[in-house]
Amino acid sequence: MTLLDDFLIRAALAGIGVALAAAPLGCFVVWRRMAYFGDATAHASILGVALALSFDVSVFAGVLATALAMASTVSVLAGRGYAMDTLLGVLAHSSLAFGLVAVSFLQGVRIDLMAYLFGDILAVGRSDLAVIWSGAVLVLVLLWQRWSALLTATLNPDLAHAAGIDPRREQMVLTIALALVVAVAIKVVGVLLIAAMLLIPAAAARPFAATPERMAVIAALLGMLSAIGGLQLAFTFDTPAGPSIVCLAAGLFAASSLAGLLLQRRRS
Amino acid sequence: MSSLLSLDGLSVAHGGNTVLSSVSLSIQAGEIVTVVGPNGSGKSTLLRSVIGAQKPSRGTVTRAPGLRIGYVPQKLHIDPTLPLTVRRFLSLPVRVSDARAAEALEQAGAGNLAARQMSGLSGGQFQRVLLARALLCNPQLLILDEATQGLDQPGSAAFYQRIEKVRQELGCAVLMVSHELHVVMAASDRVICLNGHICCEGAPEHVASAPEYRALFGSGTQGALALYRHEHNHSHDHDTGHSCTHDHHHEAAE
Repeated sequence: MTLLDDFLIRAALAGIGVALAAAPLGCFVVWRRMAYFGDATAHASILGVALALSFDVSVFAGVLATALAMASTVSVLAGRGYAMDTLLGVLAHSSLAFGLVAVSFLQGVRIDLMAYLFGDILAVGRSDLAVIWSGAVLVLVLLWQRWSALLTATLNPDLAHAAGIDPRREQMVLTIALALVVAVAIKVVGVLLIAAMLLIPAAAARPFAATPERMAVIAALLGMLSAIGGLQLAFTFDTPAGPSIVCLAAGLFAASSLAGLLLQRRRS
Repeated sequence: MSSLLSLDGLSVAHGGNTVLSSVSLSIQAGEIVTVVGPNGSGKSTLLRSVIGAQKPSRGTVTRAPGLRIGYVPQKLHIDPTLPLTVRRFLSLPVRVSDARAAEALEQAGAGNLAARQMSGLSGGQFQRVLLARALLCNPQLLILDEATQGLDQPGSAAFYQRIEKVRQELGCAVLMVSHELHVVMAASDRVICLNGHICCEGAPEHVASAPEYRALFGSGTQGALALYRHEHNHSHDHDTGHSCTHDHHHEAAE
């Protein structure tokens, strides 16, 4: 497998894997107004990194566990006194702070904190690639199987009930998918920018889509374009790869919003 | 005739507050039952219990085996970030054929809307699309939760006339909630007046003159009820052949 020996090829494949899984999930995050939820889950995962390193388990497992714990905590606490954004703000930033403090206790292992905050896509190895693609495929299969039920529950919980769908179960499916995406994306864009990979391609796809499915497909294409183009930018201008990917995605979003406005004006 | 649906001593509590207490009712095939009641009287909770979205704290909800329910929710906010054509909406969660979708849209009076975006529909169009979606399963029981919220009076009167027409075509029973008493009552076979419990029930004329109903709503709606009946009759004159089930309306207004 000489192809995978090239670190740029591995980086590109990692970016594509994350973009593929993040796009359809990101659409749900946008439709259900869960942007903060994604952010909170991602920020909590730095605590997972610290725990994984101190207990000597894989970072992937540590992140997955904390992301799941975080998302479930939010789901349980939601609607019990505090507004959702307050709750998420408290949990997201305090878990990030606890994570950063916990990492500082890890004297023995010198870890590169920046790598977890902003990703280290150029250091993706073959085993990382295997983890990323397994996670991405799992997320895609999960969403594919439950697509109709997820969409119905997103439209209206009572409509879902009447059709024999339990909206809480669908919420749980999205929570699990979100934890998986966070866990696989941490190496690629880092905890601070995972929400960007979820939101920006989906938001950029909106003006060009007439159905939910098309929005997910266009979001996936834009996400992959951002990943490959962002790597190219990082290579050319010697900039950090993760942020470069997000910058390109943001540029695509700006262009798409502009195009959307023009389209609307021509129609009316 | 066994009933499609029966509630037996249904009680529902939200965090210590009793919303419904000991509600018993049953719905027979083909009848239109309207639940009226002031805000907070538990009307929506009643419907949500029927579709299974609300767990009763006491009592039981029994549906006939394999009962097909079409549900039209109170209001449906579709986030503008979600692109959704009317046609795609009809295929949620169960995919339906183009022919079936077109038929349901036609029945609901929304025949030309299939390609439109849900977010671009007017209030009346949106309600008709919701109705079309509820008709897809060929329901035995159609449930409407304040389906005409946000429509003006002619708009909601037209909508309820459409419900009657649908009932005649499909032979389904209809259970609906409304606080537009004057419009709804005339279209109903049976009215249930709800205020946490069933205050009174029976034929529209009976309920409208019941002291419990007057105590909740006053007697002011009586005039509007007669007015609506008159309009209703008027449309019957143009539409011969479906007056048989509404004889009592003719008598009442003449």
